[in-house]
Amino acid sequence: MDLLSILRIAIRALSRNKMRSALTMLGIIIGVGAVIAMVGVGQGASKQVQDQISAMGSNMLFVSSGTVNRGGLRLGWGQTKTLVYDDMKAIVQQAPAVKEAAPGSQTTSQVVFGADNWFTNIQGTEPQYFDIRSWPLQEGVSFTESDVNSSADVAVIGATVQQNLFGAEDPVGQTVRISNLPFKVVGVLTAKGQSAAMGQDQDDVIFVPITTLQKKLTGEPWLRYIVVSAVSKDATYAAQEEITSILRDRHRIRTGQDDDFMVRNLADVAQLADQSSRVMTMLLASIAGVSLIVGGIGIMNIMLVSVTERTREIGVRMAIGATEEDVQHQFLIEAVVLSLMGGAAGIFLGVGSSLIISKLLGWAVLVSPLAIVAAVIFSAGVGVFFGFYPARKAARLDPIEALRFE
Amino acid sequence: MATITQSELINQAKLGELSQPVIRVEDVHKYYDLGENKVHALRGVSVEIAGGEFVAIMGASGSGKSTFMNLLGCLDKPSSGRYLLEGTDVSQLDKKALAAIRNRKLGFVFQGFNLLSRTTALENVELPTLYARLPKEERLQRAKESLQLVGLGERMEHFPSQLSGGQQQRVAIARALVNRPSILLADEPTGNLDSRTSVEIMQIFQTLNESGLTLVLVTHEPDVARFAKRTIVFRDGKIRRDEPVKDRPRAAEMLKTMPTVEED
Repeated sequence: MDLLSILRIAIRALSRNKMRSALTMLGIIIGVGAVIAMVGVGQGASKQVQDQISAMGSNMLFVSSGTVNRGGLRLGWGQTKTLVYDDMKAIVQQAPAVKEAAPGSQTTSQVVFGADNWFTNIQGTEPQYFDIRSWPLQEGVSFTESDVNSSADVAVIGATVQQNLFGAEDPVGQTVRISNLPFKVVGVLTAKGQSAAMGQDQDDVIFVPITTLQKKLTGEPWLRYIVVSAVSKDATYAAQEEITSILRDRHRIRTGQDDDFMVRNLADVAQLADQSSRVMTMLLASIAGVSLIVGGIGIMNIMLVSVTERTREIGVRMAIGATEEDVQHQFLIEAVVLSLMGGAAGIFLGVGSSLIISKLLGWAVLVSPLAIVAAVIFSAGVGVFFGFYPARKAARLDPIEALRFE
Repeated sequence: MATITQSELINQAKLGELSQPVIRVEDVHKYYDLGENKVHALRGVSVEIAGGEFVAIMGASGSGKSTFMNLLGCLDKPSSGRYLLEGTDVSQLDKKALAAIRNRKLGFVFQGFNLLSRTTALENVELPTLYARLPKEERLQRAKESLQLVGLGERMEHFPSQLSGGQQQRVAIARALVNRPSILLADEPTGNLDSRTSVEIMQIFQTLNESGLTLVLVTHEPDVARFAKRTIVFRDGKIRRDEPVKDRPRAAEMLKTMPTVEED
């Protein structure tokens, strides 16, 4: 029998017991809906984490100066004076996996604007820093390379500093005093929020040219850190190795001696976070999957009832020439139609509840087309799997017995 | 009731007559193994039915007539012996081949009509052509012709529940004829019908037979068996009597003398 005729027969058979078909479908509807919604919530969370991580910088590595051992006293990270500007130059020039690098040093200081003052973090760097950290300006411009060369007294301020010092006022063009030195504000950074790794307020900061910081604020000629961006996400590990070997060479560290610097790869952090959110997605999806299986069992149950009820019909069909295959296909298609219709309704339920979840709870929910396709395939699969046994049972009936069935 | 189909049936039947008997059963036995009890339902049955015959099979319940009918209908296989249908030995064919034979060469009419409910007369009649995988236009055309042949051309879109018993049985006959079978097998076709409707059904059978169709009918009513040309009586799994019918009444004539009963 051709598929179209089987389909018509299947739909007619199902519409004979509308309530029963609808209730059976409900199992699949809830199952598919739950899978889509749960995967949506999981993937939404996963994307949020990834966004936070990529907000820290694209393919970023962080090189900080290391610890020293002074007569048995180890002083923690950031204490050595061996990390210098030329190290950064060497990294950019010699490491093929490195795209850009920016030097960094820092201090803390009271900052004054008019009657307001605020204690904050002063970072010295070069303009490419904002590029490496994918940190666009909200207003104004960044200081330039020539500002760096001339140790200009210019500053780019973070969003938190803007709020605390300027309120509603436009900071660009204003002058703030850092350690009693006047700095012209040239730009305001967009708010970056808390850091994903440490939970610090990343916006409570003022950036000035590295030369200005070193010469006029700290007097330290060495660097506290270097931020590096790799050419691609995959290149971060290569970059890490290259940087380590370049710095060990430049700092004349012999084999067996500890590094006097530390290279941190943000891809590691990203991977860890990604993994944990993926586990959560899987967990949610598998719980939802259980309800899909329960729905499938419902289909199997109803199909078995249907086969028994229609024993006589099966007998008649066999007597007038239906083969075992014909009968089997008929019942199998019926189960698949049932589950596919349930699946289709389930998609609406899933997408709808995802929207409601994201609206009501403010969670990021990401309904992926892949999850929908998977849900359709899976629900058809449920129909085939749970429809097979009842269909087989129908096909195996003895036509004589079936015709005699009351 | 005359249509194109009738002439085709005649041609088919003539071909059958020229070559060999349509049905040839040779020393057929059938055992049923019901646990400890072994039932010997058929104990060596041999019979030949030529094309164009109209045979009534009679016998008490347990005589083996139903078993015999199931064998003729290719719903069951003999335990031993041979069954040749139009010269082909069908006794050892597999299930799929048997289904094809039931579909193309045999037509079934049952006591309980066995129409699919909530399915129109036309769709019921079309069903065997679906399993024969005929193209859609031909399916519809054949189903319509078949319904016209039994005088139900006006009720094609009716559901079984909207038809009287006699009409339902006529739909069933149309369904049995739609694939143009060599033989029509009817199992107690009048068992659920009143006497006038029974005669009406027999009239259709007689007309079909006159146009060349081979008919085998199982009944326990002598009144019904009289309309056939030949009766075979079963008892204890064997044929006890096999004789031509004398003084065969014409159903069409008889209907004129019977009081009319309202249909619908």
